[in-house]
Amino acid sequence: MQHTKFTGKRANQALFFTLFRLMSYLVVGILFCIIGFIVIRGIGVINWEFLTTAPKDGMTKGGIFPAIVGTFYLVIGSMIVAFPIGVMSGIYMNEYATNKYIVRVIRVMTNNLGGIPSIVFGLFGMSLFVNKLHFGDSLLAGSFTLGLLALPLIIRVTEEALKAIPDTYRHGSLALGATKLTTIRKVILPAAFPNVMTGLILSVGRVSGETAPILFTAAAYFLPHLPTSVFDQVMALPYHLYVIATSGTDLEATRPMAYGTAIVLIAIVLIMNLLANVVRRKFSK
Amino acid sequence: MFKSSTVEKGYVLCVNRSNKIQNLTPKQVKEIFDGNITSWKQVGGDDIPIEPLRMDDIASQYTEEEIGANFEHLPQKLSEAVASKPGALAFFPEQFININFQGRVLPAETITLKEYFGGKEWFPTATPAAQFGVLPLILGTLWVSIAAILIALPFGMAVAIYLAEIANSRIRKILKPLIELLAGIPSVVYGFFGLIVIVPLIRSIFHLPVGETALAGALVLAIMALPTIITVAEDAMRTTPLAMKESSLALGATHWQTIYRVVIPYASSGILAAIVLGIGRAIGETMAVLMVTGNAAVMPHSLTEPVRTIPATIAAELGESAMGSVQYQALFMLGAILFVLTLGISIWAEIIRKEPKVQ
Repeated sequence: MQHTKFTGKRANQALFFTLFRLMSYLVVGILFCIIGFIVIRGIGVINWEFLTTAPKDGMTKGGIFPAIVGTFYLVIGSMIVAFPIGVMSGIYMNEYATNKYIVRVIRVMTNNLGGIPSIVFGLFGMSLFVNKLHFGDSLLAGSFTLGLLALPLIIRVTEEALKAIPDTYRHGSLALGATKLTTIRKVILPAAFPNVMTGLILSVGRVSGETAPILFTAAAYFLPHLPTSVFDQVMALPYHLYVIATSGTDLEATRPMAYGTAIVLIAIVLIMNLLANVVRRKFSK
Repeated sequence: MFKSSTVEKGYVLCVNRSNKIQNLTPKQVKEIFDGNITSWKQVGGDDIPIEPLRMDDIASQYTEEEIGANFEHLPQKLSEAVASKPGALAFFPEQFININFQGRVLPAETITLKEYFGGKEWFPTATPAAQFGVLPLILGTLWVSIAAILIALPFGMAVAIYLAEIANSRIRKILKPLIELLAGIPSVVYGFFGLIVIVPLIRSIFHLPVGETALAGALVLAIMALPTIITVAEDAMRTTPLAMKESSLALGATHWQTIYRVVIPYASSGILAAIVLGIGRAIGETMAVLMVTGNAAVMPHSLTEPVRTIPATIAAELGESAMGSVQYQALFMLGAILFVLTLGISIWAEIIRKEPKVQ
């Protein structure tokens, strides 16, 4: 009796563990099939011409150069907006703020800000930057909207990077007679640098793939030339993929272009993640 | 928004002066012009048939000469037409109403809160009266999101348990960053994959005329929600104190019994938070859903029919709506609903996470 129960228990465990293992492999397998499928179908499209020329013949030929440049500008713009504010907020919250209650409120707010759907950022950006501030559909409006989206991530990463620095660093610097500002500038920030950079790189990856916030604030369906001022509309990779995947005169003919664009988007995310890992490893000796 | 009329700007609705009707709701106007309401009795008036009159009807009744080359006689004819038919309900531009008009202009009706939140029809550009009922959109959003979580949950839990308890640290070190990496893939890429693989697959499996269905949306969202669910649930399970697990094992329980009797109950609040966060992410997801659900603004009945979610509606319609129009305002209101919904969900998840653990 005792013996059969024992084996039953074991058999049960073996059954469930095998099931979980198989399901895990299945999930990881599915996720990789998605990427693999797109890469295999589209890798043939990727060549120098695809990356360096503008779309031609109703998006069926040519490349995605304006979209790459547009996304690059949008990423730079949004980081100019979000990075200083985000890092300063993080410093304030971890180093200066003494009122625990306020810090908690700010933290809850930034966390919730991070959970807000990107389309809501798009609506907000459209009504504030495009219409109220008269930026129009532009690189500028898009950068501000994407910057807001990246802000919670940067604040949180900065705060965590600062929190990870032992208090002995601060005490040592202060004991040597350095002011608080000097301590932050010369001791805390250099020590936190790798982790903050990691956060920056990850938010670049996030921002470059966002479509909904730029739908109504910056993205153009097709522009043969590159933007010349911050008030110009831009093409962007994720929006370009959306457009050529769903609308167009000849969907079959634009498919290869869509695969190619999807690969470039996936590649950006992969590269950013790798880069973040490299930075993290290199600096944290 | 609730102060503006749903009747197209510059247009008015007129009735015969003998008609007792004081006003019509946007819903009634639509039903009348669609031919679903045919008698004034149905909207609280006398028992006479309704004769809808559009500009086209009037123009076809008279010759070009009678109307005049520049429509100079049109106001006169309109007036006659409305006056001669006791059951008339005319819809035409305001500019054609002159002082001698023998009909009665109905006051412009505004959208009521009840119609907005309880209305089952979303036809923002319909004439003569646009319909702004958000019920199908809200239900469509919940329908797709909850279906997605139900699909993702068993898999997410299995992977979380595997990573937290079963896998050795080498496998875990490889799998965990990979899964987190997949959370970073842009939603438009998942949408594209759904469009070229899942949509045709669903169409051929269920023999449907179109594959863009709620099910396609739910599948794509399930894939996208997996990394969130796995990460949060696994983190929760790993917080189980070693002492608790060891006591369970010491009492003769197998590893599996320990997992489902000790680890899962201990991590239950974190697991629940993972589910809620997953739903929150799914509700707000825009591009992938927009690309695969077919976007028909109807009340959802089954998973194999097209549906439309709130974010997809905003993304699809905002570009076409005139700034400041009723539709524009209605879409911003949708944005506000979405905002409140997701904010509520993330606060809820936060509260669940902090709840005292099961002993």
